[in-house]
Amino acid sequence: MSKEKIKISEALYDIMPSDYQDLVKSATYGKEDRGWKDIGSSKELIEQHSLCAGCPESMAFRYILASLPNPEDTVMVGSTGCTSLVFPMVAVHNIHSLFGNQNAIASGLKRALSVRFPGRTKDVVVLAGDGATVDIGLDMTLQAWFRQEKFTTICFDNELYANTGGQESGLMQKGFVAKMAPVGKLFDKVRLPEIARESGCHYVVNCTVSKPSLIEKVIRNAVHIAREIGPTYLQLYTPCILEIGKNSMEGLQEMRDSEKPTERFAYKEYVSEPAKQLLAELAAKDKEKKAAAKQLASQEA
Amino acid sequence: MADIHSVIGTKNKKGQTYTDTWKMMNEAPRTPSFYTGSEVIKEAVRRASCDVMIAYPITPQSEAAALIGELFAEGYIGDYFRGESEFAVMSQCAGAAFGGARVFTTTAGPGTMRAMENFPMWSGARLPIQMIVTCRGINSPLSIQPDTLEIAYLLNTGMLVWHAETAQDFFDWILKGYMVSEEPDVHLPLALCCDGFFVTHTKDVVNLTPADMCLPPYDPYRSPVPCMDMECPPVRMMRDPFVMKSNYISYATHASWQQEVWAAVERSRKHSIHWLNGLIDTENTDADIMIVASGTAVSQGREAIRLLEDEGVRCGLVKVKTLRPWPEEEIREATKNAKHIFVPEFNVTGWLAKEIKATIPNHERVHAGPHVCGGMTMPPEIIVNEIKTTLGLKKSFVMAGRGS
Repeated sequence: MSKEKIKISEALYDIMPSDYQDLVKSATYGKEDRGWKDIGSSKELIEQHSLCAGCPESMAFRYILASLPNPEDTVMVGSTGCTSLVFPMVAVHNIHSLFGNQNAIASGLKRALSVRFPGRTKDVVVLAGDGATVDIGLDMTLQAWFRQEKFTTICFDNELYANTGGQESGLMQKGFVAKMAPVGKLFDKVRLPEIARESGCHYVVNCTVSKPSLIEKVIRNAVHIAREIGPTYLQLYTPCILEIGKNSMEGLQEMRDSEKPTERFAYKEYVSEPAKQLLAELAAKDKEKKAAAKQLASQEA
Repeated sequence: MADIHSVIGTKNKKGQTYTDTWKMMNEAPRTPSFYTGSEVIKEAVRRASCDVMIAYPITPQSEAAALIGELFAEGYIGDYFRGESEFAVMSQCAGAAFGGARVFTTTAGPGTMRAMENFPMWSGARLPIQMIVTCRGINSPLSIQPDTLEIAYLLNTGMLVWHAETAQDFFDWILKGYMVSEEPDVHLPLALCCDGFFVTHTKDVVNLTPADMCLPPYDPYRSPVPCMDMECPPVRMMRDPFVMKSNYISYATHASWQQEVWAAVERSRKHSIHWLNGLIDTENTDADIMIVASGTAVSQGREAIRLLEDEGVRCGLVKVKTLRPWPEEEIREATKNAKHIFVPEFNVTGWLAKEIKATIPNHERVHAGPHVCGGMTMPPEIIVNEIKTTLGLKKSFVMAGRGS
């Protein structure tokens, strides 16, 4: 989509909702170096959300939407859960259909867009919770990776079923007492990042969303690699402060505590050889562009 | 946003000419060909300008699904792959349709049941996917034999549901089906059902349209809901998502959307009448005895009528072509003179008889049967016997192994 397409006819301008006017005036569609630093100075692609106050998922949403390299040609796929409360207010086409089928939807979608728009970039990004990704949808998560479908899968890992009230999930820690785990969860947290690597993902990151700059980097990498090479997977800790007994202002600290080197969300990354090569090429191009800009600036000065 | 330049008369990459569908179906020359039902599905899809087909093996649709793979290899279809289960396949079809593709798939029996959660979602999302259902048993112990019970489960999904009698129906309806389901005032998925094996695995003479003519491509910008391709402005859909809200506006939104889906099913009626030349076909509607049937039970009913005629018993026939939209007025009119209405079916519950009983006045006229199921065939003789027994006449046939 070119930015032209969201322009408002002058005659209708004043009757359009203000959030749409803002989108036309100051959203960052098409801005090549868009990123988390645009938050606060430009229109974000998320209008509002009805998540709990202080929910780390809302931070994650804002960082991700600010960091997508190509939002004007990106379609997102969600699933049932807290994320489905946010997507209706996101200014990127997004699909909610059923619970757990997000990677199947994305497989069909990506192929349809490739058939309909040959030679054009159309990114597909899946964003779903851990129940959708690992429990009910695991089959479709893995099969999309086996088939080397070219889209990014993001899992918001809050280690339980948050939207239904805090039930045990496969990504919950062993021993945690929750609804449907009345004597504590009896088995280990599913090691999906390792499974993702073995299943053919070319870029896998396990981290928290405490640092927006880090999220920007991994989102850009994941989308670029998925576009050119094959499936990518990000598992992001977005704790459900409500269900683990924290207050609204304690989400960030919870993430910082959980990303210490010995903790379960210590930064872990896997990059396949072809993906490493692509990232190196992108970095070289970026460097070249910066050098050229610098040269131009010095000539002008 | 729709392309204002017509593509009619231009050629696709396979050299087929995009042809006005009415002309292609009704005026173009037809070539009689001797094909299995599965091969006929392939030939229809060859002419359907499909963007995406997604396959999964399950008897008795596996052959058709694999043959369409050959079409992909030849370049007639944009993309094709094998999914991992019917639930996944129907979601993959949804994803492709959300992305603006004309989508085709096939399934059967337990596959239909496994995928069921997708079907009301397809309707609600207004995705005009076409799904061939080659019906087979869904009972335990495992059966792969013909049985139409699964159709009963599709009737309340908001999909259009048509029931083909022959391979010729199949060929024509696959192509005409897209014309109905892609109408902007319909824009709903179509379950095009047939009786597995009887239609898919038998050979029949089918009159094919020219292979160098194909349907005009699907235009996703005629959809009543936005295509998810970021080619039209993304809008905030709502201030508060309706999913979690327990308030009147939320209920009213869901209620009105369900009503709209069913209104779209109703609006498909006029298009279905136009393309299928009516929702039902009839013979001898002045007879006292009528057989009302769908699928291959129609063929068996037709044979039974011939046998009864030999014995001087006059009997009429209603072939029900569309189950959704349901031809309520047509069936009332066609059966108004009947004193006895027989509904032969290939399933144990008799869902068609129940639909008819709910439709016509004096429904004690409806005799739900004969029923066969679990893969049993329905020789016309058992329809004759059922009719004669009900009327107090002496049975004409001794049916070995059928308790008579």
